[in-house]
Amino acid sequence: MIEVENLSKTFKVYRHRKGFFGSFVNLFSRKHRIVHAVDSVSFSIQRGEVVGYLGPNGAGKSTTIKMLTGILVPTSGGVTVNGYIPHRQRKENAKHIGVVFGQRSHLWFDLPVQESFELLQRIYRIPQVQYNQNVEMFDALLNIGKFFRTPVRQLSLGQRMRADIAAALLHNPEVLFLDEPTIGLDVVAKARIREFIQQINTERQVTVVLTTHDLDDVEKLCKRVILIDKARLCFDGELVALRRLLSTERILSVDYAETYSDISIPKTNITYQEGNRVQYRFSPEEISTADLIGAILQKFKIVDISVQEPDIEELIKTVYEDNLTLEQKFAEADAIDLTNRKSMG
Amino acid sequence: MYHLSLYLHFVKLRIRSQMEYRFSFVFDLFSQASIAVIDFFMIALLFNRFKELAGWSLWEVGFLYGMIGVCFAVAEMVGRGFDVFQNSVVRGDFDTILIRPVGTFFQVFSHDFLLRRVGRFSQAFVILLIANSQLTISWSFVKVGYLLVSLVSGTCFFIGLFVIGATSCFWTIQSIEIINIFTNGGVFMGSYPFSIYRHWFRHFFTFIVPLACVNYFPALFLMEKVTSSGVSSFGVHLAPIAGFLFLGITMLFWRWGVLHYQSTGH
Repeated sequence: MIEVENLSKTFKVYRHRKGFFGSFVNLFSRKHRIVHAVDSVSFSIQRGEVVGYLGPNGAGKSTTIKMLTGILVPTSGGVTVNGYIPHRQRKENAKHIGVVFGQRSHLWFDLPVQESFELLQRIYRIPQVQYNQNVEMFDALLNIGKFFRTPVRQLSLGQRMRADIAAALLHNPEVLFLDEPTIGLDVVAKARIREFIQQINTERQVTVVLTTHDLDDVEKLCKRVILIDKARLCFDGELVALRRLLSTERILSVDYAETYSDISIPKTNITYQEGNRVQYRFSPEEISTADLIGAILQKFKIVDISVQEPDIEELIKTVYEDNLTLEQKFAEADAIDLTNRKSMG
Repeated sequence: MYHLSLYLHFVKLRIRSQMEYRFSFVFDLFSQASIAVIDFFMIALLFNRFKELAGWSLWEVGFLYGMIGVCFAVAEMVGRGFDVFQNSVVRGDFDTILIRPVGTFFQVFSHDFLLRRVGRFSQAFVILLIANSQLTISWSFVKVGYLLVSLVSGTCFFIGLFVIGATSCFWTIQSIEIINIFTNGGVFMGSYPFSIYRHWFRHFFTFIVPLACVNYFPALFLMEKVTSSGVSSFGVHLAPIAGFLFLGITMLFWRWGVLHYQSTGH
């Protein structure tokens, strides 16, 4: 469905001299440096997948999406989407994809939603029957009928997003690209949009590529994630695998009923203590959650207990802060895996 | 057929949304027409003193003025999308155009339609009519056809200038101001017979930026001044093609420019 091979995009960034004299000099000599926005990235996505394309700001997520949608011409490497090369067969590609940018609407600002939709019907030459069916379905799922006659500029962010996503699906595209689709939305609006994306994916087998900052989006929607950092691909695999790889440690929080002098538990570290609230850090490989809770209940009286799985965002952050690349982490994980296997054998 | 009906639909929507601000629309219409009237009044004043300019009478110059005015007004009306294109690039709206299964040139072209240029158009057209009534041009089918082709060609010429300005945005983000010298300056320059200008200047505006080909040469032909001007009559017959060629070349430039679009952000 989507094939990306050694895809790279470099930008020339001109250095601007400051001040009046500087801007005059800029006219004649402009020094530039080359910025690698995307650096030999390869992956392939099958029909019906929902893939989260993640990375910190400026990692190259949007640039990749823009090359997949035919907005930018790659500097080198190959891309095909539905068998089309997006930047060469832009129009053909456009007929088979839907694109939504969270940051700006692709609808006509001063037109009511309905007229924007009708304009899209003309542009994509959508048969009337299909158009009616889609509008009916999107109204049922996203309740767009409520603001169907309101000009796009007057919509709330949540309404605009719903209208945008519905509009991007009017022509029954096989692939849907969503660039930060839930940015700035409240919890309810986010949930609604996630549910809709899920439904579209299961009912119509639409392939979804999603970039987001919101890891809830990823957890709710994506089985597979592709992680890029500093323009390079650093992980491609199941979300579960990424999580397992990163979250070898968990946190157990306990509120004790009484104050105890010695609350240490073997195979755990106390990371936080305030009054009767204590947090233990433990690794499920050394002691299972059940065993740990059992050990605590045996010795102490408790009021409340909970286990936190660290969310990916934090884990990714620790990866960056530790200045470890994920590759290193992988190597370590493999090593552990190997020793475990050996010891088991 | 698809493109035509789509274009007309866009125009319909644009006109309707501009009509919503009725007062501002009517006000604009009048202010434009009156500015243009004053504009021509200045030329008339000049002739009140000098009677003629390089062998051209007031109404002959009026004819030139009317022709170029009509072309420019129509170009601004339909080519507005290219004229204001830098806004699209700055805002990143061009991304949206690239995700649609329609040509980029067509989309930018149909993006806007500035109805209020009707004011300027009608003023120029009225002066063209008055000039014609004051002159004794012997009209024939050939001449009417030739005039129409010249007007369309002149419109294409100005749209071509807008396209060059718009295309430059792919590199500079901001439209290059120099284009205004050719658009607004072109209208001014084209309002006077080219024979008053210097040699190199005439050549530049004939062969590089073919302003003379869509205005001065056609006027020579229509007023039967070709022999007295010393311009080759073969050239004058072919001159109106230049506007179409010019637009064609700028369209190629546009296609090349689109490939260099960098979008905003990374």
